Amino acid sequence: MIRVELSKLLRSRRTWVTIGLVDALPTLVAVLLALTDLGPRPGTGPAFLSAVMTDGTLFPLAALAIVLPLFLPLVVAITAGEAIAGEAQQGTLRYLLVRPVGRARLLLAKLVSVMAFVALTVVVVGATAYVVGALLLGDEQLTTGATSVSGTSLTTPELVARTLLALAYAMLSMLGVAAIALFLSTVVRSPLAAALGTMGILISSTLLLTLDAADSFRAFLPTRYWLAFVDLFRDPIFWRDLERGVLLQAAYVVVFLAAAWANFATKDITD
Amino acid sequence: MIRTSGLTKRFGSITAVDHVDLDVREGDVYGFLGANGSGKTTTVRMLLGLVLATRGTAELLGRPMPAAAREVLPFVGSLVEGPAAYPQLSGRANLALFDRMGTGGVRATRSTRVGDALDRVGLGGVDGRPVRAYSLGMRQRLGLASALLRAPRLLVLDEPTNGLDPQGIRDIRALLLELNRAGTTVFVSSHLLAEIEQMCTRVGVLHRGRLVLQEQLADLQRPTGRVLLGTPDAERAIALLDGHVEHRDGDRLVVRAADAAELAVRLVGAGVRVAELRPERHTLESVVLEATGAGSDDFSATAAPTGPDRGGRG
Repeated sequence: MIRVELSKLLRSRRTWVTIGLVDALPTLVAVLLALTDLGPRPGTGPAFLSAVMTDGTLFPLAALAIVLPLFLPLVVAITAGEAIAGEAQQGTLRYLLVRPVGRARLLLAKLVSVMAFVALTVVVVGATAYVVGALLLGDEQLTTGATSVSGTSLTTPELVARTLLALAYAMLSMLGVAAIALFLSTVVRSPLAAALGTMGILISSTLLLTLDAADSFRAFLPTRYWLAFVDLFRDPIFWRDLERGVLLQAAYVVVFLAAAWANFATKDITD
Repeated sequence: MIRTSGLTKRFGSITAVDHVDLDVREGDVYGFLGANGSGKTTTVRMLLGLVLATRGTAELLGRPMPAAAREVLPFVGSLVEGPAAYPQLSGRANLALFDRMGTGGVRATRSTRVGDALDRVGLGGVDGRPVRAYSLGMRQRLGLASALLRAPRLLVLDEPTNGLDPQGIRDIRALLLELNRAGTTVFVSSHLLAEIEQMCTRVGVLHRGRLVLQEQLADLQRPTGRVLLGTPDAERAIALLDGHVEHRDGDRLVVRAADAAELAVRLVGAGVRVAELRPERHTLESVVLEATGAGSDDFSATAAPTGPDRGGRG
């Protein structure tokens, strides 16, 4: 079933259109930066964006920092929200289940498909950003490597390793979103409601983070440690928030996937 | 092939299916008859493990459902409340996709299987247009093709002729009878009496969630013990058959008589001309109306059962 879902994903025109759209924003940013030569002052704007003016090959990281807070979660919410509710609305869910495809297996296949989509998006965004950054932005390639956020310099292998870690961390954050959306997708009838519900949770979380009165449970909000991947580029790496972020996302994944399974396994499929 | 015992489904306070004991035997063409809203679809969904029963048990091919779904369902083809397919894909691609799902068909023979299924339902020559552009009838045929994909031993079809034109209905009926002759047990639900009457060997009637009737069609259509007689000499016939004529409508008479052949001899012997003579049989319609009373979508406050219409249309 996993392979069926993956082939559906890759053959769908919508997949590629969505990736193209997500990819468009960082590319636009790169073009604007190149045309105007007006970088944000160091310490302001999205992470890494000031650094790319000198070294364009850092732009993939900047691109990631641009898409991670809003675009990627939006894509995940829509795709995972559609997973079950979309099949149900289309009427194909009942025909999947009488094939028969086990309900737990279907959930797993959908989750894998959503994560494959995220990975694909991240890879496309990263690759485009690398090409665009190298072509358009600063070419003061430091042969010794890049500069960390803390100001020290990183060797290229170090930078690559940390970038991969950052990607893994971002994927885990998206897995948390996918788990929430998948759960909602088993609850509501409309894929739109599942996607919007997920976005509602994420937006509430982001809002509550800015509120001092919500201090007591701030550490448990799903978006709390999303941008902690920036800490990977400090020297030395600042692990505290990253560790907490991993634990928190893992908890969200476990709780919501269990809830999705419990709800879906005993659900009457009446649509 | 299908056996349920005390199958019950409640949605909140509404009892959709109430203690249904279905018995579908191997080789049957079983007609599951009931008005819209009588619980047919919910029953079908419970058989297939889509809806979980509140109480009671269901068996498919001798195995309990939904517990044995994984072993049983590959041998069952089904159509539940209208066909469904991925609208952006062609019919062929849809079938190939469904064939890959679950236990999955053998890959090497997949395109042959898909082609055969499309041929069977009369979509063999369909082009690569997406299902989005299919007519309702084509979608219905595609849904049937999907049910036939794995040469099932049992077909569970919910309203299979919905949306088809008369020619299409005839094609599908012929197809189902052909499959049945080749050994497939067919379970068809419908709200159309005529459809069931033309195709089925056994009939179950669901009314407000209860199975009010389950019998061989041939037994239901037994003679009523009356004979319909058409004669230009109605007056003389009445005089001859003194007391046995139950009803007269112009030159058409309803005569109480056990044997039509004997009656014919008697009439002709007495010089009464006979234009038409045949034994009256119970019709499915009259039996069903008698068993169900008011229609199940009749929610009038005094839902008094209407008087049984014994005569039917004769």
